[in-house]
Amino acid sequence: MASKNINITLKIWRQKNVNSKGSMETYKLNDVSTDSSFLEMLDQLNEQLINERQEPIAFDHDCREGICGMCSLFINGEAHGPDRAVTTCQLHMRKFKDGETIYVEPWRAKAFPVIKDLVVDRTAFDRIQQAGGFVSVNTSGNTIDANAIPIPKTDADKSFEAATCIGCGACVASCVNASAMLFVSAKVSQLALLPQGRVEAKQRVLNMVKQMDEEGFGNCTNTGACAVECPKEISLDNIARMNREYMSAMVSAE
Amino acid sequence: MSVLDSKIPAGKLSDKWTDYKDHLKLVAPNNRPKIDIIVVGTGLAGASAAASLGEMGYNVKAFCFQDSPRRAHSIAAQGGINAAKNYQNDGDSVYRLFYDTIKGGDYRAREANVHRLAEVSGNIIDQCVAQGVPFAREYGGLLDNRSFGGTQVQRTFYAAGQTGQQLLLGAYSALSRQIGLGRVQMYNRHEMLDLVKVDGKARGIIARNLITGEIERHSAHAVIIASGGYGNVYFLSTNAMGSNVTASWKVHKKGAFFANPCYVQIHPTCIPVHGINQSKLTLMSESLRNSGRIWVPKKKEDAEAIRAGRMRPTDIAEEDRDYYLERRYPAFGNLVPRDVASRAAKERCDAGFGIEANETNEGVYLDFSSEIRSKGKQTAYAQGDHNPSDEKIWDLGKKWVESKYGNLFQMYEKITDENPYETPMKIYPAVHYTMGGVWVDYNLQSTIPGCFVAGEANFSDHGANRLGASALMQGLADGYFVLPYTISDYLANEIRTGKIPTDSPEFEQAEQEVKATINQFLNNNGNRSVDHFHKRLGHIMWNKVGMARNEQGLTEAISEIAALKEEFRRDVFVPGSADELNPELEKALRVADFMDLGQLMAQDALQRKESCGGHFREEYQDAEGETLRDDENFKFAGAWEYTGDNISNSVLHKEELKYEFITIAARNYK
Repeated sequence: MASKNINITLKIWRQKNVNSKGSMETYKLNDVSTDSSFLEMLDQLNEQLINERQEPIAFDHDCREGICGMCSLFINGEAHGPDRAVTTCQLHMRKFKDGETIYVEPWRAKAFPVIKDLVVDRTAFDRIQQAGGFVSVNTSGNTIDANAIPIPKTDADKSFEAATCIGCGACVASCVNASAMLFVSAKVSQLALLPQGRVEAKQRVLNMVKQMDEEGFGNCTNTGACAVECPKEISLDNIARMNREYMSAMVSAE
Repeated sequence: MSVLDSKIPAGKLSDKWTDYKDHLKLVAPNNRPKIDIIVVGTGLAGASAAASLGEMGYNVKAFCFQDSPRRAHSIAAQGGINAAKNYQNDGDSVYRLFYDTIKGGDYRAREANVHRLAEVSGNIIDQCVAQGVPFAREYGGLLDNRSFGGTQVQRTFYAAGQTGQQLLLGAYSALSRQIGLGRVQMYNRHEMLDLVKVDGKARGIIARNLITGEIERHSAHAVIIASGGYGNVYFLSTNAMGSNVTASWKVHKKGAFFANPCYVQIHPTCIPVHGINQSKLTLMSESLRNSGRIWVPKKKEDAEAIRAGRMRPTDIAEEDRDYYLERRYPAFGNLVPRDVASRAAKERCDAGFGIEANETNEGVYLDFSSEIRSKGKQTAYAQGDHNPSDEKIWDLGKKWVESKYGNLFQMYEKITDENPYETPMKIYPAVHYTMGGVWVDYNLQSTIPGCFVAGEANFSDHGANRLGASALMQGLADGYFVLPYTISDYLANEIRTGKIPTDSPEFEQAEQEVKATINQFLNNNGNRSVDHFHKRLGHIMWNKVGMARNEQGLTEAISEIAALKEEFRRDVFVPGSADELNPELEKALRVADFMDLGQLMAQDALQRKESCGGHFREEYQDAEGETLRDDENFKFAGAWEYTGDNISNSVLHKEELKYEFITIAARNYK
């Protein structure tokens, strides 16, 4: 498909720091190639702003290939924009029309305070991982052979699918309650499906859910918007699995 | 006598590491909490080191400039991790992995380091499985393996096309456990801007809090740099946007020699450039070369027709396709090492057979149709259908490919808007990995006592070219199985030192210098953005210090970069202030170091009058266009000493490479 150039209007959230109010500002950008990615378009806008001696727009990004989870823009009312199964950095301008107005906001959630412009603080996710998202095994000088415990391929595959969560927070941003259930359940599920994770499965799910609640995320009401917007297509099955793990742990943990 | 002492132990190659470990000094568990260690960078090497040292009981502080340790660019590694397990019974062994790696490095790596890497490779897989890393498995429940470049055995362990992600998340989970227990203090959104030396030893860092702009002093008994590679000196590379050389460069400026900077790996299969706003290049994993066949049209007019949009690749018959890697290298075919494959692609495109309609016509095909058909037929048979229709074969074949590489195909389609299941992928070489880095000895210690360097940031194990699936292996080897031993040997002398104070003149001076540099940039008020200069540097580097280098181009590059550096200082505009989140300031500080590095790389390439691995000098090639090494004059690692702002005055030290156990040969993949 041949590329062409389009002209767009952007309405972007600007906020000086966590203590400032913030507001939507309007910008016009011409000659955007439809082959450009969304972030390359923002680079182009920022170059324009810098040349006009204005402050460029701050946004999180790094790998620009959909795997690190840094990029986190709410575009036209959807986490990571109008395409499915993509992160913001994988969204390309061919999804937009000439003359279109595009709204760009940060993730909106109490548990993700805004730092500046479109940059938010997602360390809540790290704290949840620190509470239990691991197997308590030290680096060993006498490791057990990797094939010592066979794992059924179906379990290994499901564990892998859950493990592809990149921790971007789109699930939280999409959820009407700002719940983190999809993220937490993905992390819990990955380990719950593996024999290595079963050893501590009960304590893990209790600890991680407790931390999730303490961070101020909302509760899950099975809306399912998270799974629709998730760039990695993490399944709602993980939430169902975590609920089962949680119930079982509540009843039987020491 | 060289000032470089590699400290390689004596003895039989296969016993060196075991014997060495048996005689290293130890730090008793009760003494470890008295010792502070700083780790800069939380990719595979940094996270695994920080986690392991925290588990051992040391006080660890870990730093990363992103918002979480798990954002490090190790996360983007795709294809797999090598280990000498010989699960596939096809001839693998520790010796074989060692040999493949040395040969892959074009006989420019240290024997003992590489053998150690092969020895611990199996333990890495074991440790990852124990952590819950979901590697791909076969139906019997055991781990699966795939092939990778530069070897004839299947020793690569993988998780679809996102192995790096899974390994990093494993190391991150181990690190998270230590953070949760309070044994590791994590400093997210902090960037190291200088090393602090006291009495000649590395005793801490100056770090900037990227949110508040605050300049902080952090002290330690040892500092580990694990800040990754410097491919972004080319502006366009497969690196993340934030990847930079700064932490490595700062220790270099304080006395850590920088080795072989010209050894850069250009990966053969990346998505071609789309336009001038391109911000980075996207890798298509080498693992795809297990299944994909690389070709260009045999006839130049076909290539022209494709570029003009008059023909499609699927219109070209088999006999009119030049599978040039299979043609030139029958023994390894599409799985020749990366530098060989990259140069072969360039050769075809320079000759006019490129198929991409961008500015440079640089692109070749990576075609999956043969694999789709063959695996489709295999799957049909496995299902009991011995006479499947073409349609069914194609359908089953596509599903097979999707299960092995799914995310990679999806990535390709999102970027190019083309369906790689129906039309071949267009690819072209791109800067990917840097074999050069801070010089380290067998203990992974630099020429600054107490400053250790791990992962891609160091120079040690890959010689002049890294084999695919080896970077993940090296990062975790360094962090899990080498540093815990070698750093303890150093720290055994620190158990009575006590906390290192941060109010010493050395910390004061380092902090003032960092603040002065920041203020200089913010007050410069030039006319051009940081990116403007970064892109210009990238152009010079790609054109003159890229895949094919020559004396004239390198000499020009050196003076052009020196001039660009001056222009950058005079004319860069950095908006905003120091006491807030300021991405432009962050970029300016990093690009300043890239300017220095780029010049050193060109100087290094100029003095190395031979071709080896990823360093190709047009003047030194054989009749078939392959690298021509000069073992008599250049069998050394070139370690550069910083002597001041004029990079031309850097001093080259040579570490002789001695090969006691293997016979060096011409590197032949035919």
